[in-house]
This record gives sequence, structure tokens and C-alpha cells, in this order.
Amino acid sequence: MSNNLNREKMKTTNLDVHYGDFQALKNINIALPQNEITAFIGPSGCGKSTFLKTLNRMNDLVEGCRITGEVLLDGENIYKGMDINLLRKRVGMVFQKPNPFPMSIYDNIAYGPRTHGVSSKLKLDEIVEEALRSAAIWEEAKDRLKKSALSLSGGQQQRICIARALAVKPEILLMDEPTSALDPISTAKIEDLVLELKKDYTIIMVTHNMQQAARVSDNTAFFLLGEIVEYGDTETLFSIPKDKRTEDYITGRFG
Amino acid sequence: MSGRKTSILLRILVFLAAAVTFGMLLFLVGYILVKGVPYLSPSLFSFEYNSDNVSMFPAVVNTVIMTLLSLLIAIPLGISTAIYLNEYAKRGNKLVGIIGVTAETLAGIPSIVYGLFGLLFFVTWLGWGYSILAGSATLAIMILPLIMRTAEEALKSVPDSFREASFGLGAGKFRTVSKIVLPAAVPGILAGVILSVGRIVGETAALIYTAGTIAALPGNLMSSGRTLSVHMYLLSSEGFHTNEAYATAVVLLLIVFGINTLSGGIAKRISKT
Repeated sequence: MSNNLNREKMKTTNLDVHYGDFQALKNINIALPQNEITAFIGPSGCGKSTFLKTLNRMNDLVEGCRITGEVLLDGENIYKGMDINLLRKRVGMVFQKPNPFPMSIYDNIAYGPRTHGVSSKLKLDEIVEEALRSAAIWEEAKDRLKKSALSLSGGQQQRICIARALAVKPEILLMDEPTSALDPISTAKIEDLVLELKKDYTIIMVTHNMQQAARVSDNTAFFLLGEIVEYGDTETLFSIPKDKRTEDYITGRFG
Repeated sequence: MSGRKTSILLRILVFLAAAVTFGMLLFLVGYILVKGVPYLSPSLFSFEYNSDNVSMFPAVVNTVIMTLLSLLIAIPLGISTAIYLNEYAKRGNKLVGIIGVTAETLAGIPSIVYGLFGLLFFVTWLGWGYSILAGSATLAIMILPLIMRTAEEALKSVPDSFREASFGLGAGKFRTVSKIVLPAAVPGILAGVILSVGRIVGETAALIYTAGTIAALPGNLMSSGRTLSVHMYLLSSEGFHTNEAYATAVVLLLIVFGINTLSGGIAKRISKT
């Protein structure tokens, strides 16, 4: 475990997740520090995306999904009595494939704030600009705010999705392989952006790209077959892995 | 060499099929226009119908009223059902299966059977008599499965990634459905509405049983009235005004063509924004 002095933003204890008869996650105990980037790596089907989705209860949408154990956000159990919509406002999400709504760039960004009761045009304009600036897409988007978000390139769309997530002012940003559908240049832009964002947000990122984890993250957790094999400081994990399986994976012997 | 020959043969065959299809439509429309247009006299559009002028004006008004009224009943009901089935009901729910089979069956029932039902239920049992209301209600039941089915397909084709994105921002079910899913499904839903309008405007059997055949402007929803198709049917079956029946067909074609263009335009405009 990492000896980080930073405050634990999220924490899970004895977390098990089942899809029907299949156990997708086994006894996950992990603490995610505030204002840091934590990366989840591991081969396909190892449960890293499933785990990410338990953190904002997106798994509730999956039928037959059963979750036991605790997930704490600032010490509060998110599966006990927390309003699910407010939880998702606090824990935002960026998906694998860019998924802007089929509406204008402006309306895409304003959707979240409008959902949470912001209706003043002035205030919305302000939020939209701020979100687009934070997601480093303001310069490209400012002259075409009324244009459909679908007219942008894939990399731009993903930054719109990041801006859309930021517009509801979350505390945590979950990113599920946010660059897997993008070209190298767009990927680099998103990575720079993520490093910038960690000043204000706690970022948890799933990636199947180990170089990416090594480049951007502070902490890395290695998942295998539904378990966390190793979790710790990224530099240490990549240079002197404690577990043989971690070493095999990061040196490319499997996965 | 022989592969090349087959390819050419196939190309000729599909071209012929397309030509026959298109030719048939062209011939049909052309025939009706040639037969009908010369008889489109101003007296055919007189405000009042009598057996001399056989005016179609009341029938046009009745058609518009009945179309709107049936859509008014069927669209909210059909779309709501589709939303329930696709967005709210759990997958594998028994009720969903039952509603699906019911809709499928209803869609396959001949319209005259709806007419008989309308006659027994709305006209007689509820005591509405031959009326615009009874006719519209019958038509609404008739097009309900069509609207529901197309709306369901349209909702299904909205990618789940939109729903996930909306939920991920902290939007609830209702907001997600009303602001994201439904607008994205509008073009598909509208396609079903256009088909329904076609069925309503073209319906005769079910209406003769339920809305009656009075060729006058309706005083209220409880008065009887004939639509254009019924009007045309009666003109041609009486045998005295075949030419005017063709003229009516021209107007009917124009109306259907107009509705299709209009709704196509609306769908385009909605899906653009």
C-alpha cells in the first residue's frame, strides 16, 4: 500500500461484486488519495472497469449485479442512503468512447448544470466557458458553441465529454480508458490535460496502456482476475514490483 | 468469364425490378391524374354538399379532424407504452412479452374487424352513435400498435452511451428519457406517425361502421361525417360520379404527398438541432 500522506478521498473495504453467478471482483481494499491520479491496469476482463463503475454506482444499471462490502466517499458509504444523483454529481465519469449528446456543444456542457438546477443564462455561459477552458478545448470550440458536438473530431469530442463532466463541478473524475479510441496526438493532449486537472480533482483512470499509467499516474493498482495483485506508488510499482505476476505483466510476458 | 456473365445478368435483373416498381408507381399516379384532374371543378369544393355538386369539401374537413383526433389519442398512448417497455420495464419481464405479442397481433388484424369492434363498443355500447369521435377512437386503436412498435424500435436504436452519459452526470431516469433519449428517437417515431397518417387517410371499412357516411361539415364530435376515402368509395360505388371519384383521388394523393413532405421536413429539422 502507498504511504501517501494525502487524505483518502475514496476507500473500499471488503468489496465483492457479482454478475449473476460470476464473481467479477474479490475482496477489494483500496484507498484512493485526494488530488492524485490513480491508474488501474490489468488485462481485459480483470475487473478494472467494473471496479471503476462501482465508485459512482453505474453498475446499478446492470441487471443481476450484486455488490457487497463498503465504498466510502469522504467517509460516507455511497451504497447506504446516499442520493445516487448527487453521488454522480460528485463523482463524474468520462467514458471509453467519446459520447457527446446529439446536440450543440453549448447544450452538451450545460446539460449537467441544468440538471442540477442552474437556469440563469449568464451563469450557464460562465460555467460552459470555464468547463471548456479547463478541458483545453475553449479555443477550438468558442466560435462554434451552437454547432453540433458530433461535428468535432474524436479527440475534440472526448475533451467535450471531459468538459461536460467538469461542468457539474465534481470532486472526483473517473476515466474509463479515455484515450483508447483516440489517435496518439489526441491522446497526448488528454494526458496533458489530466495532469493539469489533478490540481483540482481526484482522478481515477482505467487504462490498458501501461506507458500511459507510468506517464501520468501517481499510484497504480494492478488487477488480475478480479483481485488487486499490487497497489502502490507508480514509480515503485513499475521499477521494483513486489509480486511476480505484476512483474510478468509489466514486462509484457502476458496480457 | 461465367462469373462476369452472372454479374451482368444480375445487374440487368435488379435494374428491371427497380424499373417495374418505379414504372408501376408512375403509371398509377399518372393514370389517376389524367382521369381526375380535368374534373377538378370549383363546384367540387363547394362549402355544402348536395347530390349535384358532390362536393368533397366537407370530407376534406372531416379527414383533417379525424386524422388529428386519432393521432391525439394514439400518439401519447403509443409513445408512453414504448417508453415503459424500453426504458422502465425490466428485461425479461413477462408483461413486456405479453404486450409485444398483443401489439403484433393487433397490427395484423384487418381493419374491418376494428370497424366491427368500434360499431359494437363505441357506437352501440357506449352510445356514441355514428360519430367523428367513435371513428377517431376506432382509428386510434387501429394505429396504436404501429405507433408503439415504431416508437419502441426508435428508442432501442438510441445508443446506451447517451443514457450512461446522462446518468453519469447525475441526471435521473425521467430527465434522461425526456431530454436525451426521446429527442434522439424523434425521427424514428415520426416515421411511424407518417405511416399511421397514411393508414388513417386511406381507411374506409372501419369508418363506414363507426363514423357513418353523412357528407356534411360536422357540427360537433358526436356528428357523423365521411372522410375523403369513404367519400370516394361511395362516389364510385354509386356509379353516377366516377369522374368525380377520380378527382377526389387526386386530392387524396396530394394530401398524402403533402403530409409526407411536411413530416419529412420536420424530422430533418428536429434531428439537426
